[in-house]
Amino acid sequence: MDNLDQIVSEAKAAFAAISDPDALEQVKARFLGKSGQITELLKGLGKLPPEEKKTAGAAINVAKTAVETALNERREAIRKAALEARLAEEALDITLPGRAEARGGLHPVTRTLERIESLFASIGFEVADGPEIEEDFHNFTALNTPEDHPARSMHDTFYLQNPDGTLADKVLLRTHTSPIQARYMQAHVAKFGQLETMPEIRIIAPGRVYRVDSDATHSPMFHQVEGLWVGENVSFADLKGVIADFLKSFFETDDLTVRFRPSFFPFTEPSAEIDVAFMSGALKGRWLEIAGCGMVHPNVLRIAGIDPEKYTGFAFGFGPDRLTMLRYGVNDLRLFFEGDLRFLRQFA
Amino acid sequence: MKFSESWLRTLVNPKLTSEELSHLLTMAGLEVEELDPVAPAFDSVVVAHVLEVVKHPDADRLNVCQVDTGNGTPTTIVCGAPNVAVGLKVPSALPGAQLPGDFTIKIAKVRGIESSGMLCSAKELGIAEEASGLLILSADAPVGQSIRQYLELDDNVFEIKLTPNRADCLSLQGIAREVGAITGAATSLPQVAEVPASIADTRAVVLDAPAACPLYYGRIVKNVDAKAPTPEWMKRRLERSGIRAISALVDITNYVMLELGQPLHAFDNTRLEGAVHARMAKPEEKLLLLNEQTIAVDADVLMIVDEAKPLAMAGVMGGEESGITLDTTELFLESAFFAPEAIAGRARRYGFASDASHRFERGVDFGGTRAAIERATQLILDICGGQAGPVVEAKAELPARTPVRLRTARAEKVLGLKLGAERIAGLFKGLALSFVQQGDDFLVTPPSWRFDMEIEEDLIEEIARLYGYDNIPSPAPRGRMEMMVQPEAQRPPYRIRQMLADRGYQEVVNYAFVEQAWEADFAAKADEVDLIRLANPIASQMAVMRSNLFGGLISNLVTNLKRKQSRVRLFEVGRTFHRDAAAQPVAGFHQPWKLAGLAFGGALPEGWGAGARKVDFYDVKGDIEALLAPAVLRFEKLAHPALHPGRAARVLLDDQEIGCIGELHPEWTQKYDLPQAPVLFELDFAAVKSVRVPAYAEVSKFPPVVRDLAIVVDQKVALQTLLDGLKGQISGLIQDIQLFDVYVGKGVPENKKSLAFRIVMQDTQRTLQDSEVDAAMQQLVSCFEQAFGAQLRA
Repeated sequence: MDNLDQIVSEAKAAFAAISDPDALEQVKARFLGKSGQITELLKGLGKLPPEEKKTAGAAINVAKTAVETALNERREAIRKAALEARLAEEALDITLPGRAEARGGLHPVTRTLERIESLFASIGFEVADGPEIEEDFHNFTALNTPEDHPARSMHDTFYLQNPDGTLADKVLLRTHTSPIQARYMQAHVAKFGQLETMPEIRIIAPGRVYRVDSDATHSPMFHQVEGLWVGENVSFADLKGVIADFLKSFFETDDLTVRFRPSFFPFTEPSAEIDVAFMSGALKGRWLEIAGCGMVHPNVLRIAGIDPEKYTGFAFGFGPDRLTMLRYGVNDLRLFFEGDLRFLRQFA
Repeated sequence: MKFSESWLRTLVNPKLTSEELSHLLTMAGLEVEELDPVAPAFDSVVVAHVLEVVKHPDADRLNVCQVDTGNGTPTTIVCGAPNVAVGLKVPSALPGAQLPGDFTIKIAKVRGIESSGMLCSAKELGIAEEASGLLILSADAPVGQSIRQYLELDDNVFEIKLTPNRADCLSLQGIAREVGAITGAATSLPQVAEVPASIADTRAVVLDAPAACPLYYGRIVKNVDAKAPTPEWMKRRLERSGIRAISALVDITNYVMLELGQPLHAFDNTRLEGAVHARMAKPEEKLLLLNEQTIAVDADVLMIVDEAKPLAMAGVMGGEESGITLDTTELFLESAFFAPEAIAGRARRYGFASDASHRFERGVDFGGTRAAIERATQLILDICGGQAGPVVEAKAELPARTPVRLRTARAEKVLGLKLGAERIAGLFKGLALSFVQQGDDFLVTPPSWRFDMEIEEDLIEEIARLYGYDNIPSPAPRGRMEMMVQPEAQRPPYRIRQMLADRGYQEVVNYAFVEQAWEADFAAKADEVDLIRLANPIASQMAVMRSNLFGGLISNLVTNLKRKQSRVRLFEVGRTFHRDAAAQPVAGFHQPWKLAGLAFGGALPEGWGAGARKVDFYDVKGDIEALLAPAVLRFEKLAHPALHPGRAARVLLDDQEIGCIGELHPEWTQKYDLPQAPVLFELDFAAVKSVRVPAYAEVSKFPPVVRDLAIVVDQKVALQTLLDGLKGQISGLIQDIQLFDVYVGKGVPENKKSLAFRIVMQDTQRTLQDSEVDAAMQQLVSCFEQAFGAQLRA
């Protein structure tokens, strides 16, 4: 049986010498093909006496298995080598930049408005909206600011012209978002006025407002966010609580002080101006004026059809442009309205 | 309201530093905007008398002066000021003096002559911006006295930003009253005595409009010297209040206004004829004002007139003709109460403002009208001499001061604070309010100087102010917990913005008022009937309200191209404005929210892996389709003034037009100097927000059959036309027809194009038979052939 061992080692050597898969199959034929050496030996078994047949057959099969194993191992080795070569060849410079659409972004003030809206949504304030070309009535009169009231001179108002060149005296560009309060309250009364007790009003009304003013700290168009909470037991203390909670949440810090200072707005009474001071950072220790607020004036409630004896409420107005500047350290208001991508992309 | 601290402290002197006082005022609602020292820190500067002036032997421009600084022996000081002269009183810095700007005076030789000090200008002392020579002091200035003391320089100027309700604080007296209330310090308000008449001359006063002018005091003062100098102390107080000293008579009326809050007017009595009337303006009445403006007054303007002519716009400004001059010797002095509603807005209407109108339109204390005329008379007699006649009074019904009820429980409810009646009584006493307590209720009678105490809330505000806003608690908000409805068929605006941002667009915010040319170019609105023009624009390029958002985006593109940005994707969400008589809620103006975008530059960001293809119509169309998905949009050819007529479409959603898309018209691309046409779109924001709530449809268990089909049609046939033509004409088995290739060129006849479709067929109930599929395809092909002359592509 030396012959068999020799065939096996011959086969192993032959396989090892080959690295091409097709050539390997040809070499396989020499041993396992129709007239291969192992096949021939198996064919020769018939000529052996029966008592030898069994042992010889077993030996040949062992050898056949050994050749087949060697063949498979070699096949696998060749496949792996080929795969390795392919992988090496296919390697990329994975440090090249990714291929994708560049991302845009939201305007920084939009970002602030979204944060304000979601903070207030978390305590049940829904968003309200109103027209920007507004009636004089809703911008002023419904807010307890009749014609010739000195408070009107606090707002430098943009007026419109009729097509014939005369002044359109019933309309203007809204000077604040407060007319939304007036409109919302009227709509609320229309909807719920017949109930013995109306549901509470909790709204936040962001929007663009307009005043005749333009310099480094004033833009003729800017943003405001109006807030309103009217109910049976809404007090000045609640106003302070909501505002303090909001400012701490908005700036994500307890490291600030809020102060309320008496002020005057025709549509609130008592009225306050809200100042905030940070206890750290670039603006440390300075009082910054950031909002006006107060208890809704009874006349305003009455004009809207709400009984001021039964219901009380507070309103406030923030400047989201200023909040954005404070939040991100922007130092020039005008940047918000110039559309310069190099500025805007910083907020993407 | 600007005033000097030392003046205030003569009326009320709380034991507080200037800063503490400033803080208290601010927290009481009298916001201190500025608190500035009158002079910077310096010392050892005294009043000196110049005894001798001799030219410096070695310097043309210098003088060697002998001055008396009060120490007994003359001091030698070398001085370069051109106005130095013997006999003058000037400030002199002594050796060792520290002057502003960290400057120390030493004994030093100046061109060989020892100088023991320095004679000073106002600028060198830091009390003026500019000076042309030495500060000349009054001849009676006491030699040797500290200049700080002599000029009262250890003083501060307060500037208070007063809210319109606090007219009572437009005077020193008012501020002193307020300081007394908030600090508890005693006040010593000016005590005014009646000046007895020494002549009998009077002029009658008639109130023809008693509602507008219910109180008028007039008095003649004769033989005054209008050229008399205003005393230094008065000048100083006026100047520190921001009022320029002009002449004694003018200065005195201004001074009394500042002191007591009552605006006064002095007429030249020799220019008046007959009785003085306060009446409403007559038609076509004209008046030349002191500011040299001639106005034609409206009927609702209150006038002061005599029997021949108008004299003054009451409470606003006097007339030029009857005004006093330096030659005036006879005065008619006016101290009156004009009702706020008769004055409010009038000055503004004619484009000016005055200290008087500012006060009258907010409310002047009618309880002090008489005192003011007496005070002014006394000052005139003291300063300008003369004899005063008796005061003539004309009086009608003054504003009522009806008691206002305050309920303790109401105050507690509004403020969210337990106070108790006793505490409230204490606060009212602090304010010196006169009140009657009835259990827990108070009946408060407002003083004549307060015009802001009409209702209970006004008193609640006073309570809160005195109690201190800071002392009111700030509990966490409490309210009914209720879920807020978030309609599923509405996408939140931020999500839409974020979707565009994710597709590369950067949000911008542009002004709503634009250049008129933009409306003409991008909206074809040139006629005044269509434009919405501002009556008072801030600049001519911000004169009309925009009716679409394109102009702003194109202007942003221009800005960014200048800043070397080659690929620009922008969007804006904002209102547009259109004249529309039927519009709601503001009649005449339709103001829909729009979402608009602009794409310019490469289809992809420049990079190693991107082709150089420029963005085109279909890129942006894809963005819009993605934004509105899963809704399916239709696009129809559109003529739009801003857009290329062959490359513009209206966008339809469920047969409703919701906006437009297109390439900028070549004319505007050229006009606005753009290297390539941007693609623009504008959509109704409301339509973009709405989205359908998903509804389930059964998914077929049977495999679809997919067949491809290529046809050749005329180039001009639009795909949508083809697809529309199939409606109702083809087998219901066809579930979807997708265009996957468009080809023009070799193999396709000229003016024709080849369109390749993938047809998906399916039945939810069974597997399709080949014969059915073939029949459906045949029907489809013949439909194409018959309707559009299409041919099957070989």
